Amino acid sequence: MIGSSIVAILFFGVAYGMILYLISVGLSVTMGLMGFVNLAHGVFAMAGGYATVSLMNTMGVPFFPSLALACIIVTGMGFVLERTLYSRLYGATELRQVLFSIALCLVAMAIVRIVWGPLAQPIQLPEYLTGQTDILGQALPTYRLFLVAFAAIVIGGLWLTFERTLFGARIRAAVDDRAMAQAVGINTKRLFAATFGLGTGLAALGGGLGADILAIAPAYPLQHIVLFLIVVAVGGLGSIKGPFIAALAIGVSDTACKYFFPEVGSVFVFALVFLLLLWRPNGIMERR
Amino acid sequence: MPAGGGLRALATAAVLGTAALMTVPAQAETVMVGVILTYSGRDAALGDQIDKAIRLFQKLHGHELPDGVKVELIRRDDTGPNPDVAKRLAQELILREKVDILTGGQWTPNAMAVAALSKEAKIPFVTMTAGGSKVTLQSPYVVRTGWTLWQSSYPLGQWAAKNGFKRAYTAVSDFAPGHDGEEAFTKGFSENGGEVIGSVRIPLKTTDYLPFLQKVKDAKPEVLYHFNPGGPQATAFMKALADIGLTNSDIKIIGPGDITSDDELPNMGKAPLGVITMLQYSPAATRQANKDFVAAWKKEYGADSVPTFFAVAGWDGMRAIYDAVAAQKGKIDADRTMEFFKTWANPGSPRGPVRLDPVHRDIVQHMYLRRVEEVEGKLANVEVETLPQIGDPWKTVVLGKQ
Repeated sequence: MIGSSIVAILFFGVAYGMILYLISVGLSVTMGLMGFVNLAHGVFAMAGGYATVSLMNTMGVPFFPSLALACIIVTGMGFVLERTLYSRLYGATELRQVLFSIALCLVAMAIVRIVWGPLAQPIQLPEYLTGQTDILGQALPTYRLFLVAFAAIVIGGLWLTFERTLFGARIRAAVDDRAMAQAVGINTKRLFAATFGLGTGLAALGGGLGADILAIAPAYPLQHIVLFLIVVAVGGLGSIKGPFIAALAIGVSDTACKYFFPEVGSVFVFALVFLLLLWRPNGIMERR
Repeated sequence: MPAGGGLRALATAAVLGTAALMTVPAQAETVMVGVILTYSGRDAALGDQIDKAIRLFQKLHGHELPDGVKVELIRRDDTGPNPDVAKRLAQELILREKVDILTGGQWTPNAMAVAALSKEAKIPFVTMTAGGSKVTLQSPYVVRTGWTLWQSSYPLGQWAAKNGFKRAYTAVSDFAPGHDGEEAFTKGFSENGGEVIGSVRIPLKTTDYLPFLQKVKDAKPEVLYHFNPGGPQATAFMKALADIGLTNSDIKIIGPGDITSDDELPNMGKAPLGVITMLQYSPAATRQANKDFVAAWKKEYGADSVPTFFAVAGWDGMRAIYDAVAAQKGKIDADRTMEFFKTWANPGSPRGPVRLDPVHRDIVQHMYLRRVEEVEGKLANVEVETLPQIGDPWKTVVLGKQ
C-alpha cells in the first residue's frame, strides 16, 4: 500500500517535472545563448495553452492537431517578436531587458484578459486520455502516463538535435564562445532567431500539454515564471541536460512535499533551491 | 504685515464659507457607496459575479428610492486576497471620496481589514461574500449578507454522522474560511458520533490536487469533507478526483457548495455526479423569486451565464443598502443605518427568506442540502432537503460557551 503510494507520488512528480522542463528549456538556451533575461518566457507557454484550448473548444479541432497548430502559431509569433523586438535589446543592460520582458508580460496578460476573459480556460481532453490505466497492477491517471511518454519522446528528439546535428553543434559553439563562432562563419543572427523560435515552440507545447496542471489563465506568465526561472537557475544556463535534472528534482520534491508535509507548502522547494545554489552557484551542470 | 494677513485670512474664510454653503445640496441627496471587489487576477471571476449582480440590481430596482435620492457607486479593485490593498483602498474611499457606506468584502482577510477601519471611521460596511465567522465581531458597523462556513459545514457534519458515516477525512484550502469549515465540520461530525481520522490543509494557490488526494485515498475514510474557494480551483479538484479514481468510489465527497459552484459545473465533466453539498443557494431552485432572478440574469448576461451564490450575496447586499438609503431618505447616519440593519429582512430573496440577526448582524437563511444530478443533459445542484432559518452556528456553539 505504502509502496504503491510512493510509486504514484514519484510518477505525479515526474509528469509535473516533464512539463516544467518542456516550458523552461527554451528559456535556458536563450539565456545561455543570447544572454537575454527573458522574463516573458511564460507568455509563450500561455499563448500555446490558449491556442490549444481555443482551437479545440471553438473550432472543434481534435486534441493532437490543436497542439501541433498551437506550436506552429506560437513559434511563428516567437520568430516575429525576436526579429522585431528582442533582437534590438541583445546588447542592452540587464535592467532594460528585464523591464522590456516584464512589460511584454503585462501587455500579453491584458490582451488575453480582453479576448478570453478572466476565467481559467478549461481543456476538454479526449475521452481516452481521462480516467485511469493499470500498469503492472498500479492504477495511474491515464493523462499523466501520456504526458510522461509524450514528453519523453520530445525530449529525446531535442537531445538528438542538440548533440548530433550541425544545428545543435552550432548552438553549442555559440553558447561557449560567441565571438569565435561568428569568426568561423556561423550566422549567429539566424541561429538566434531559429533557437528562439524553437524555444517558444517547446514552451507552447508545454503550455498546451500542461493545461491541466498549470491552469491557462491571464495571470499565467507571472504566476509561474518563478518556477521556470528556478529550473534554469538550478540547471545552469545554456544547457539542455541541467534543466532536465533540475525540473525532475523540483517536480518530484514538490509533489512529495505536498504528500508528506502538506502544511509546509512550497517552502521545501525554495529551501532545496537555496541549498543547491549555495553548493553550485552557476547551476548543477555548470560547464567549466 | 499683521493687518494684511488678517484681511487675507478673513477673505479666505469668506471664500471657504461660501464654498461650504454651495456644497449643501439644494434637493438631491447622493449617497456615495464604495465597492471593493476583486476585478482582476486569478479570482476576478468571483468578483465579476458579484458586480454583475450589483449592476442588475441597479438596473431593475435602482429607481425604487425617494425622489431626489441617488446612490452612486465607486468601484475599487483589491486584486485578490490582499488585506493590505483592501485596507488602503478603503482608506482612500473614506478620506478622499467621502463614502457613506462601504461594501464588497469578497475575501475574509480583506473584510477583516476593512471592518477594522469601519469601526474607526464609523462607516457602515456591508460585507457580501466573506465567509469567516469572526468578520462581524471585528466592528459594530459590519453586516454580512453572504454566508459563513459554519452555516454550511456544521449542519453538514451533523448530517454525515446521522447518515451512517463513521470515519471522515477533511481537506480544506489553507486560509481562514477553510479553517472555519474544517472546525465546523469536525465539531458537527464528532458531536454526533463520527470520527475525523485525518485532515490536510491545502495551500490556497494549489492547482495540482493529486498528491493531496493520494494521501486521502491511502487513509480510506468513508467520507471526505472538502472546501476550496470555488471557481477554477473547484474544477481542478474535480478533475483530480476523476484522475485518481475517487469518483463513485467508496469515499463519499461532501462539502460546502463552493466545490460544485454552478458557473464551473459545465467544465467538470461527470466527476461531480453524486457529490453532496450544503449551501444557501442553487440557481436550479424552483421557487418563484429565484426563477424570476435567473430569468432576468440570463436576459441581461446571456443564456450561458449562470448566477451563483456569490451573485445572490451581492444582490441581497444591494437590497440592504438600498433599503437603508430609502428608509433614511438619503441622509445616511452610521448609527441609524446600523439600527435599521438589525431588523432588516428580505422575504423575497432568490435564496428564500433572509434576515439579519440583531445581535451579531449576521445573515439568517435557509440552508439546502443538494446533490449533483443530471438535469436535462446538464449537471445541476438539486436541492434535496431544506434546513430552515439557520444563523451562524459558530456564534452559539463556540462563542456562546467561551
